[in-house]
Amino acid sequence: MEIVVCLKQVPDTESQIKISGDKKSIETGDIKWVMNPYDEYAVEEALKLKEKFKGSVTVVSAGPARVVEALRTALAMGADKAIHIEVDTVQLDSYGTAELMAAAIKEVPHDLIFTGQRAVDNDQTSTGAALAEFLGIPQLSLITKVDVADDASKVTVQRPVEGQTLVIESSLPALITAQKGLNEPRYASLPGIMKAKRKPMDKKDPGALGVTPSSKSEVVQIIPPPERAAGKIIDGETAEEKAIELVRLLHDEAKLV
Amino acid sequence: MAEGIWFVAEQRDGELRKVSFEVASAARRLADEVGTTVSGVLLGAGVAGEAEKLGAYGADKVFVIEDDALSVYTTDAYSAAIAGVVKENDPAVLILSASVQGKDLSGRLAAKLGVGLAMDCVKFELNADKKLVATRPIYAGKAVAEIIPAGDPQIATARPNVMDLVEPDESKKPEVVSVPFSVDAAELKTKVVEVLKDESGKIELTEADVIVSGGRGMKGPENYKILEDMAEVLGAAVGASRSAVDAGWRPHTDQVGQTGKVVSPNLYIACGISGAIQHLAGMSSSKVIVAVNKDEEAPIFQKADYGIVADLFDAVPVMTEEFKKLLS
Ligand SMILES: Cc1cc2nc3c(=O)[nH]c(=O)nc-3n(C[C@H](O)[C@H](O)[C@H](O)COP(=O)(O)OP(=O)(O)OC[C@H]3O[C@@H](n4cnc5c(N)ncnc54)[C@H](O)[C@@H]3O)c2cc1C
Ligand SMILES: Nc1ncnc2c1ncn2[C@@H]1O[C@H](COP(=O)(O)O)[C@@H](O)[C@H]1O
Repeated sequence: MEIVVCLKQVPDTESQIKISGDKKSIETGDIKWVMNPYDEYAVEEALKLKEKFKGSVTVVSAGPARVVEALRTALAMGADKAIHIEVDTVQLDSYGTAELMAAAIKEVPHDLIFTGQRAVDNDQTSTGAALAEFLGIPQLSLITKVDVADDASKVTVQRPVEGQTLVIESSLPALITAQKGLNEPRYASLPGIMKAKRKPMDKKDPGALGVTPSSKSEVVQIIPPPERAAGKIIDGETAEEKAIELVRLLHDEAKLV
Repeated sequence: MAEGIWFVAEQRDGELRKVSFEVASAARRLADEVGTTVSGVLLGAGVAGEAEKLGAYGADKVFVIEDDALSVYTTDAYSAAIAGVVKENDPAVLILSASVQGKDLSGRLAAKLGVGLAMDCVKFELNADKKLVATRPIYAGKAVAEIIPAGDPQIATARPNVMDLVEPDESKKPEVVSVPFSVDAAELKTKVVEVLKDESGKIELTEADVIVSGGRGMKGPENYKILEDMAEVLGAAVGASRSAVDAGWRPHTDQVGQTGKVVSPNLYIACGISGAIQHLAGMSSSKVIVAVNKDEEAPIFQKADYGIVADLFDAVPVMTEEFKKLLS
């Protein structure tokens, strides 16, 4: 089974976000970059399927030179080869990113493609869907369970939606977006890290892929979130007193209950 | 010329979901700013009767597409059918809910139509050129972006529970237009083979008005009973921090935060949650935040509108009793 995993490098979730002077992007100077957490589930699921069905796992990332680190992490976890599409992703939305990745992925065999359900930077939650559309394959999003038929002819997945879980069957090739709960991502082992250094890292530039990616959204500005007014710490002698006063305030002052 | 503000309604088991009224209301407000019309799209099997109800929330017209293949949502059937009516009618703006269904559908639809998409928005405005400017939190709320999605239509999704409903006017009946479902069966590559209902009748976190959430301070899974009791009185959903989820105390679907659900209830009550940056990212757009924590230094207090420094095992049962008194 040939599997492709798309992964994005994003700021560590601990990062404080500072907006740049032009209000169009964020300051990246102090940021520690990591593989998007949802993409770790995607890589793990691909590796598990490879263990069962054989074949290979190719990881793809579009971004500046630094994203090679995230690709190396995936190779160290056990992926076989990497494709780095070198591009300044700051200028790209999910549409443009998906156009580029579709062009790269068309050239490699793929029975299944995994992405994360969303990248925790711009939270666009749409690159997977756009990629599936551009490749003309079905998408299965926010998936917490993947079962590939023994003869690898189809896939059955579980997709929790509000208050229920849909069990969906799809033909292959298909694209799956990984949700938390799908698996527990493995860590890269030391031998894995050593081996990763020798695994192929194929660099592509957008020109060679024959696409001029088009962003379909204009950023007017990026601003800090609305400030929350300072809150009230409720005084009282005992927990009970405080609890009673809290409920009174929620009722009388906040008018919520 | 693209004209009119459209929305996509959402039904479950043949009944409209609340998010449908939210997107209808958002569309109505935009249409009123520029004096244009509002049209809804409703898909399903045997749902034409529901279409009428959208009039009260501002729909002038509702396009109804019915087929057995549409009774349960699938990306391929819904996106192909909606793309069809959209292309035929050329609306200027199309609003969907950022529900689980809407997130999946909007991404596919925007790509199919070759237009931009602003996902999970908390505010919509029209600029001087009558173009949609959508405000959306990014970095899970650590910053906010104003976006103009390109193309006709401009597509955006509204975060559930954020868009105020317009005052419903039951006397308004929309024009209902039935559109044939004409998607080629060969294009439908996915099939819902089973629907596993969540028997607990839990309220979905992303759509809940009130959330009671517990973290590592709950000490163990058995203690969530006291939160469930409070939630029951309040009609609330129960959430959790990642620590509680990773410890196996609560299911993954309950996690609130940057790698869990981003929620915006009217009231969020955090019990035994320290307020790590990733947790705050997921709940700081709640209207009112309450924290119950025994450590007065806990960062959650910096975001909380009301806080009590107390042992939650003492405070929570008392709160539940007080809420009960108020609500009985
Ligand atoms: C990549 C990444 C993604 C993450 N994503 C998320 C996410 O989406 N959501 C999330 O929540 N976290 C996330 N985290 C984890 C986050 O960093 C914190 O570890 C986590 O939120 C802490 O959970 P907690 O507040 O329950 O536990 P703790 O930080 O241990 O806090 C427990 C709190 O309970 C209080 N307490 C203890 N006993 C009592 C008592 N009897 N009465 C009252 N108070 C009491 C303590 O004072 C303390 O403040 C993520 C971390 C990483 C690295
Ligand atoms: N620049 C990128 N390179 C590789 N994969 C990406 C990129 N951007 C997004 N993705 C994939 O698409 C998923 C969803 O991202 P998004 O739509 O940006 O929230 C991510 O989890 C990745 O798997």
